[in-house]
Amino acid sequence: MTETLVEVDDLKVHFPIKRGVFLDRVVGHVKAVDGVDLRIAKGQTYGLVGESGCGKSTLGRALLQLTPPTGGRVNFDGTELTTLPAKQLRSMRRRMQMIFQDPMSSLDPRQNVESILTEGLQAHGLGGDRTERRKIIAKALDAVGLPQWALSRYPHEFSGGQRQRIGIARAVVLNPDLIVADEPVSALDVSIQAQVINLLEELQEELGLTYLVIAHDLAVVRHISDTVGVMYLGALVEEAPSDDIYRTPLHPYTRALMSAVPVPDPEVEDRRERILLAGDLPSPANPPSGCRFHTRCPWAQPTRCGTERPELRVVGTGAHRVACHFVEQIESGEIRPHTVKAEVIADGAGSKDAHGALETALETPGGPGI
Amino acid sequence: MPLLDVKDLSVTFSRRGQRTVRAVDGVSFAVEAGEVVGLVGESGCGKSVTSLALMGLLPKQKGVTIGGSAMFGDTDLLQTDERSMRDIRGRDVAMIFQDPLSSLNPVVPIGIQVTEVLTRHRGLTGEAARKEAVELLNRVGIPDPSRRLKEYPHQLSGGMRQRALIAMAVACAPKLLIADEPTTALDVTIQAQILELLRELVRESGTALIMITHDLGVVAGMCDKVNVLYAGRVIESARRKPLFADPRHPYTNGLLGSVPRLDSGKGERLHAIRGSVRDVLPWPDGCAFAPRCDQRVEACVGEPPALVEDIHRHAYRCVNPESRTAEVPS
Ligand SMILES: Nc1ncnc2c1ncn2[C@@H]1O[C@H](COP(=O)(O)OP(=O)(O)OP(=O)(O)O)[C@@H](O)[C@H]1O
Ligand SMILES: Nc1ncnc2c1ncn2[C@@H]1O[C@H](COP(=O)(O)OP(=O)(O)OP(=O)(O)O)[C@@H](O)[C@H]1O
Ligand code: SF4
Ligand SMILES: [Mg+2]
Ligand SMILES: [Mg+2]
Repeated sequence: MTETLVEVDDLKVHFPIKRGVFLDRVVGHVKAVDGVDLRIAKGQTYGLVGESGCGKSTLGRALLQLTPPTGGRVNFDGTELTTLPAKQLRSMRRRMQMIFQDPMSSLDPRQNVESILTEGLQAHGLGGDRTERRKIIAKALDAVGLPQWALSRYPHEFSGGQRQRIGIARAVVLNPDLIVADEPVSALDVSIQAQVINLLEELQEELGLTYLVIAHDLAVVRHISDTVGVMYLGALVEEAPSDDIYRTPLHPYTRALMSAVPVPDPEVEDRRERILLAGDLPSPANPPSGCRFHTRCPWAQPTRCGTERPELRVVGTGAHRVACHFVEQIESGEIRPHTVKAEVIADGAGSKDAHGALETALETPGGPGI
Repeated sequence: MPLLDVKDLSVTFSRRGQRTVRAVDGVSFAVEAGEVVGLVGESGCGKSVTSLALMGLLPKQKGVTIGGSAMFGDTDLLQTDERSMRDIRGRDVAMIFQDPLSSLNPVVPIGIQVTEVLTRHRGLTGEAARKEAVELLNRVGIPDPSRRLKEYPHQLSGGMRQRALIAMAVACAPKLLIADEPTTALDVTIQAQILELLRELVRESGTALIMITHDLGVVAGMCDKVNVLYAGRVIESARRKPLFADPRHPYTNGLLGSVPRLDSGKGERLHAIRGSVRDVLPWPDGCAFAPRCDQRVEACVGEPPALVEDIHRHAYRCVNPESRTAEVPS
């Protein structure tokens, strides 16, 4: 068994929904993260996938204590972070870095690359004198494949892929143990995506880094991760070694997700069966009762699914966890998929503004095409 | 005769004090009736500008120069005046965009926007128009359509908005639909629904579709023919299967190697293309892709490579193409 670096236990982040003239009335909560357990092994990559608004970024931020959790625990290399005094947390921060989707918005346009990279070192009192610091910075720049002349340049002088390299350099210059990468390649063109993915893998091998990679692109996550966790409306619905989740997805949502990812191979595209989910993603402000997926699940049963929330439990060989009451019967074919009525979700599912309640349920033409 | 025959389309933007941009640089392709044709390439390669030029939607101002021809039946879309173009748009050729919100009027209910199209191009009014609108929304899979008619665009989810836009686009059974990244802003399960809807429309109504995307997976699952663009030119064009089985242009090959696939796991390094689209050579000086190309030889620089077409109508613009790898299915 590999050593655990991060252990997350029943983590919850609930954002209050405020109304009233002074936004002084709390009318409910967005349960962005609602009871997540996971472990990240040292030197490995944990990939978190799910659709917009399912709580991936919030989970990543809460893990780093950038968003205060509503409940639960986060243990980092033996230290409990949720109760750690601010001062100690600050010094712990050096060991846990973050990379963002849009490097432009996370880099100060008025700072040149040298000053961007120096800032973190100074904040943590690292690198000793100026010559020493320069050496560390030169090494980081080298590691991410940027030329030394980049030091005197400003973010806007670089392409998207190079800016992401600057963001990665800013993280690795502090010699962290853990890097949380939130959609690190989704803003990049495919040819550049590949460069950055390769770079992340190389750095991991060289520096022994541990990653939590958050992305909505299942192929990216599958490619880069040792373990994959699939989120739906604030909770994990399935978790397994990357190969297993690809070969035998067990949760109905994972199956649908997997079948929806376009594969750049006409032979595969022509052969594959698609599980088309009916309707929109429900709002996390008003999640369905019971299994949160039951409103869209082609396998949902009249008993339990609508009333009882399934726990993430071990299925089969130990490393595979699934949150579905009927996973065994679905896997054996005893329960067959059926057509689902599409529910209309008022106001953009996954949009960051107000989430409305769901209203009507009606038959959609061409429900799940199985 | 093809439904649409684009020949040597070029678009140049020149603004005083700024570098002239040749966004589209001699693009030719044809679309047969009922066919799905893909335009694929990375950001800035000229996909959107191509479609806007065809739709007559580029700003008509000094500094925007359009060349070439785009024959749609007997009409050259590039030579048509704005008034006739307005009749053609919506009736014969329709377009949907990545961000449906930007092409819907935010202060007008969906229903009125749909009926306006029906009144304008099909002369339907009153109850007849309303009934047809309900029918259309139903057809594109919007639940409870009579109720949705009263709603404003912001009240719909991204997926539903895209459906509403598709409903308006197909209201007059156009012969050609141009879709510019129609699913890029959507979640993958919603994307699958919209792609299925587009496939159905093509199958059932025989509408031809120009599918603009940067996603090779979408191309693999939808298109009959594919045109790969780089720096404003078509650098490879072929039917779907030969293109994927046997990419001849190093850029196409590189793109295919760059995409992580669901069936390849950790440890298999991706074949990245080095540099970025910023590292281009201007076409007149040689192959624009040369600065990033692993197949580069001396002949790549000096003059632009010509488009070579093999007996299977697989065309590529490269002097040192990737060798054939497969027996090509057609
Ligand atoms: N600061 C906040 N205050 C209130 N609600 C929030 C806040 N941050 C996030 N949310 C809500 O929490 C939910 C989860 O958001 P989160 O950003 O974690 O999702 P995500 O999975 O990262 O989505 P995406 O793929 O779009 O990045 C969403 O409904 C979002 O609107
Ligand atoms: N109105 C304009 N004025 C000047 N340059 C323009 C204008 N519109 C587009 N361009 C330039 O033309 C080139 C092609 O742009 P286009 O929008 O067609 O790219 P695209 O292939 O659609 O990219 P994306 O995938 O990012 O949508 C780009 O270099 C762009 O900067
Ligand atoms: S618990 Fe029920 S509704 Fe949820 S995924 Fe399993 S079968 Fe579907
Ligand atoms: Mg996010
Ligand atoms: Mg575009």
